[in-house]
Amino acid sequence: MRIVALILKRLAWLVPTLAGLVAIVFFISRVIPSDPVALLAGETASLAQIELLRQKLGLDRPLIVQLLDYYRQLLSGDLGTSLFTTRPVWDDLSARLPATIELTIAAMIVAVALGIPLGVLAALYRNRFVDHFLRVFTVAGLAVASFWLALLLQLFFAMDLRWFPLQARITGFPPPSLSGFYVVDALLEGNVGRLGNVLAHLTLPALTLALPALATVVRFTRAGVLETLQRSFVMYQRAMGIPVGLIVWKYVLRNSLISTVTQIGLLFGILLAGTVVIETVFQWPGIGGYAFEAILHSDYAAVMGFTIYAGVVFGIVNLIVDIGHAVLDPRGAAA
Amino acid sequence: MKAALDILRKLLRDPAAAAGLVIVLLLVAVAVLAPLIATHPEAVWDMNPRQRLLPPSEAYFFGTDRMGADIYSRILFGARITLTIAITAVGAALLIGVPIGLVSGWRQSWLGEALMRISDIFLAVPQIVLAIAISQTLGPSIENVILALSVTYWPWFTRLVHAEVHSLRNETFIEAAIALGVPAWRIILLHVLPNVTSPIIVRTSIGMGFTILTASALGFLGLGAPPPAPEWGRMISESREFLPEAWWYALAPGLAIFLVVMGFNLLGDGLRDVLDPRIRRASTGR
Repeated sequence: MRIVALILKRLAWLVPTLAGLVAIVFFISRVIPSDPVALLAGETASLAQIELLRQKLGLDRPLIVQLLDYYRQLLSGDLGTSLFTTRPVWDDLSARLPATIELTIAAMIVAVALGIPLGVLAALYRNRFVDHFLRVFTVAGLAVASFWLALLLQLFFAMDLRWFPLQARITGFPPPSLSGFYVVDALLEGNVGRLGNVLAHLTLPALTLALPALATVVRFTRAGVLETLQRSFVMYQRAMGIPVGLIVWKYVLRNSLISTVTQIGLLFGILLAGTVVIETVFQWPGIGGYAFEAILHSDYAAVMGFTIYAGVVFGIVNLIVDIGHAVLDPRGAAA
Repeated sequence: MKAALDILRKLLRDPAAAAGLVIVLLLVAVAVLAPLIATHPEAVWDMNPRQRLLPPSEAYFFGTDRMGADIYSRILFGARITLTIAITAVGAALLIGVPIGLVSGWRQSWLGEALMRISDIFLAVPQIVLAIAISQTLGPSIENVILALSVTYWPWFTRLVHAEVHSLRNETFIEAAIALGVPAWRIILLHVLPNVTSPIIVRTSIGMGFTILTASALGFLGLGAPPPAPEWGRMISESREFLPEAWWYALAPGLAIFLVVMGFNLLGDGLRDVLDPRIRRASTGR
């Protein structure tokens, strides 16, 4: 019951927050002079033609009217039409969504699957070589510019060693589309060659995207485990002669992962932000790259669409994290 | 003064923090002395087609770029841009974020509540998403990058200060001051603010690193300083068409970003340990 109340409360906050976000992006993207209508009409268009087009698109009305109109449009599930691709933004985004989700999940798997064990390791061997090494690694991982890392990986593994493809999501034809996720589709198709092709394309972008998230997971897991190890129940178990490995695996991990779970929302933010740059470098046909293209073309509807999408995803992920936190750790759920 | 020296002494005892401090000081020195220590200061903005894309050598430590300019000299001058952006953007974010946090954390009021909700909106998407949207609409220039970064970074200070002030509010010494009839502005400035400076300093150092990283990403995407300017992110993006042959072109600016961001992060971590031993070392890159 308490959890239902929590969900309702958070959802109630999400709506005005998103409305505010829409308003902010709306105003910065419309108040600023660069004129998309002139751009769309082409260089040969006369002033009268531009004005006509402006009226047709409704861009000549007061901003507040346009904003209210935009809210109404959003509520009916319409994100508008991209000025550049001339397709509904919703269609553009949903066509590209699977690519981004696939990349993000791959990066998340790398970050969590490597980060948690490494974090535990650093905590267990505190102030020993492993710990120092991992500290340097995490500090470095958070300091490296993702686009630079992407270029270095491309330079070394794609151009020089030729182990991995340089860019794009696949070479040749994609697998028959069932889910939109190439890995899943290739598996369903049972085509091993295509699966290998897809995974090879996925490797470099996913590793680049994962690095800052991985560094964050290691740091939080280490801190969480260290804190739990000091608790009296661990001392008791140690005194009872239970092997340390078992204590860590069965009891410490569950107690210390709470702080790591709380950070998954933060990780998602890191990954979401990373996609804009990384998809651009790797020519990955996802939403981040789309947002960048849209920005280059002053494509308002598409920029807004991406920002709203980012806000919704981010909001929902944080909601799920709060719920997960309440389930894992009922002590602090009252807040 | 004595307290500052004490902090410095403790900071220097931690090798990682000391390294961070050295890197940051080095960055400042390089930015100030760029015209003196650059080997080809005249060639930073000029075209020298004959020296185009030369590999690293004794004359050109990090090679030359597509214009024939010395990359080493350009990186030194780029330190000025980096430092300007980081100091101004984080400084502006401080000036906006800290007062708002002080006001909203001090007393439950509709204004404070409204300001916190506004900061929530800015935190509803990753910083770079909003920063890209803002700096693109304003057009590529250093000023606009600074504006975009400060407009999107202040909520981090607001939330931090808000939380700190909120918990300080119930401390006995604050209650005593209120009971004595000390005006609120005086309590906030003389008693609350000094008690929240430590977390602000730590956040500022880490924020500098984070801001430099975001600014370089904007530069890389073509939203930073316009072309001839030796902006590190843009240099890396320019190098892309000359890879893999001109590998040095991409290498040096990226190393510069890496080193500088790491310097601020290490310094921030070290400051956290020294200034606030209660907080464990578990920060993120933000």
